[in-house]
Amino acid sequence: MINALALAVRRAHRNEKTARILITLCGIGTALVPFLIGAFLLLKGTDTFFVFHHSLGEFLFSGVWNPSDTAEGGGHVGAAMFLSGSLVTCALALVLSLPLCISTAIFMTEIATPRTRRLIQPAVELFTGIPSVVYGWIGLTVLVPFLRLIFPMPFGFSVLAAGCVLAVMIFPTITTMAADAMAAVPKTWREASYGLGATRWETIAHIVLPAAKGGIFTGIILGLARALGEALAVAMVIGQMKVFPTSLFLPASTLTTAIASDMGGAMEGGEYSAALWTMALTLFLLSFLFIFLIHRLNRASDLKGGK
Amino acid sequence: MTSLAQKKRSDSIMTALFVGGAGFAVVLLVAFVGFVIIQGVEGMTPEMLSFGPHGLGDMFFNTVYLVVLALVGSMITGIPAGIFLAEYAGNGKVTHWVRMAIETLASLPSIVVGLFGYLAFIVMTGSQWNLFAGALAVSILTLPLVTSVTEDALRNLPDSYRQGSLGLGASHWQTIWNILLPACFPRIMTGLIMAAGRGFGEAAALMFTAGMSTDIDWTNWDITSSSCPLNPFRPGETLALHIWALRTEALHPDAVQMASASSAILMIMVVSFSLAARWLSWRIDKKMGGSK
Repeated sequence: MINALALAVRRAHRNEKTARILITLCGIGTALVPFLIGAFLLLKGTDTFFVFHHSLGEFLFSGVWNPSDTAEGGGHVGAAMFLSGSLVTCALALVLSLPLCISTAIFMTEIATPRTRRLIQPAVELFTGIPSVVYGWIGLTVLVPFLRLIFPMPFGFSVLAAGCVLAVMIFPTITTMAADAMAAVPKTWREASYGLGATRWETIAHIVLPAAKGGIFTGIILGLARALGEALAVAMVIGQMKVFPTSLFLPASTLTTAIASDMGGAMEGGEYSAALWTMALTLFLLSFLFIFLIHRLNRASDLKGGK
Repeated sequence: MTSLAQKKRSDSIMTALFVGGAGFAVVLLVAFVGFVIIQGVEGMTPEMLSFGPHGLGDMFFNTVYLVVLALVGSMITGIPAGIFLAEYAGNGKVTHWVRMAIETLASLPSIVVGLFGYLAFIVMTGSQWNLFAGALAVSILTLPLVTSVTEDALRNLPDSYRQGSLGLGASHWQTIWNILLPACFPRIMTGLIMAAGRGFGEAAALMFTAGMSTDIDWTNWDITSSSCPLNPFRPGETLALHIWALRTEALHPDAVQMASASSAILMIMVVSFSLAARWLSWRIDKKMGGSK
C-alpha cells in the first residue's frame, strides 16, 4: 500500500519533469522557427552580395533589373522599382482605407447601440479570414474592367487597382485594432468630457482618439505588414510590368509579385534566384521591423500610462 | 468662440460622416461576399463538382486533406508552446524574446514562409512538390494563432481551478493535463477552427511547396503509390491555388466559371468555419457566464 503510493508519487514527479522539459522544448522550438526562417533567408539572400558581388546600394537604389539566370552572374540587380512599387501600393491602400477604418471603429464604439455593434463586429472580423486569392479574383474580374471604364487607362491593371484590393484587405485588421483601442478608453473619461459640456464629436476628437492613438497606430502597422506581404491578390491586378510606379493608372510590380511570378522559373543557385531571395530577405526584415516598432510603441504608451 | 448651434451642427455632421463611412464599409463587405457566392453558384455545372480531371472535387479534397495535416502539425507544437507561455515561462528576457518571435512569425508574409518551405522541405530533402511540404508550410502560418489561443484560454481560466487541483495534491503537470486542458478544450477548438479557415485560403505559401498539379486515381488505395489520394507525398493543388492558376491557364474553356465556382466554395467554407468558431465561443461565454 505504502509502496504503491510512493510509486505513484515518484511517477508523478518523473512525469512532471518530463512534461516540463518537453513543453519548454516546444515553446523554445516554436520561437526558433522565425529565426530559422531568417537564417535560411540570410544564407540565400546574401548570395547577391557575396557570391555575385553586387553592392547593397545597387540593390536598393538602382532601377536596372536584369539579373542573368546563370550561376556566373554579371547582370544587374537593381530592385528599386519593386521596392517603390511595394511602398506606393501600401501607402495608397492605407490612404484609401484609413478614413473608412477610423469611421467604422468610431461608429462601432461610440455611436452604435450594443446590438448593432454585436452585428457589425463579427461581420468585420469575418473579412480577415477571406482568402486573398478571392479578393484578387474579384479584383481581376470586377474591379479592373470597372476602373478601365471610368478612368482613362490603357489596361485597367494598375497601381490603383492594387491599392483598392489591398485597402479592402487591410480594412478589417485596422478596424478591429482601432475599435479595441477605443473601447479600452475608460468610460469615466468620456463622462467627464460630456459633463464639461462637450459634444460627442468633441469628446471623440479630444478624448477618445488621442487616448486610443497607440492602438490605432499598432493597427496601422499590422495593416501595412499585411499589405506589404500580400502576393497573389496584388499580382492578379497590378499588371506585373517591371517599371517604376509612375502613374496610378499604369501597371507596376512589387517585391511579392516579382517573387511569385519569377521564382518558379529561376534557376536554383543562379543570380536571378539569388536576387529574388534577397527580396524575400528584405520582406522578412521589414516585417521584423514592424513588430519591433509595435513593441516600442506599446512600451512608450505603457510608460505614459504608468505615470 | 464657437456657438452652441455651431457645435451642435458640427457634431451632427461628424456623426453623419461616421455612420456613412461605417455603413458604406459594411454594405461593401456584405455585397462582396454575396457577389462571390452568387456568381460562383450561378456558373456551377454538375461536372465542376465531380471528382476527376474536369471537376473541382480533387482540389477540394486536397484542400481539406492539407488543412487537416497542417492543423495536426500546428497542434503538436502550438498547444505545448501555448502551455509553456501560460504556465511555465516567467517574465524574464527569454519569455520576452519567445513572445516577440511568435509575433514576428504571425506577421511574416506567407510567400516568405512558402519560399522557406520550398528550400527546407523540397530542395533540401530532394523531393518533388508534395502535399506534406505544403501542410508544413501552412502549419508554420497557423502556429502563432494556435499558440496564442491556447495561452489566452489557459490564462482566462479561474484561478480556483488551479488551487483546487493543487490543493488535492496534484502536481503541476497533473493539474494542466487533467483540469486545465479539458476546461479550455472548447476555446482551443475555436482557435483551431479559425486556423482551418486561414489554411483553406492559403495560396502563396503553397505555390512552391504543394505544387500546382493533381493526378489522383480514386480507385487506387495503395498509400505508397503517387496517385493514391491519401498519399501525402504527392503533388496536390488546393482550391485557392487553382484560382491563381486559372488566371493564366487557358486550358479549360470555362476557366472563368471554374475560378468563380472555386471562389464561391472557398468563401462558403471560410464563412461557415468562421461562423462555427463564433457560435462555439458564444456558447462557451454563455456557459461560463451562467455558472458564475
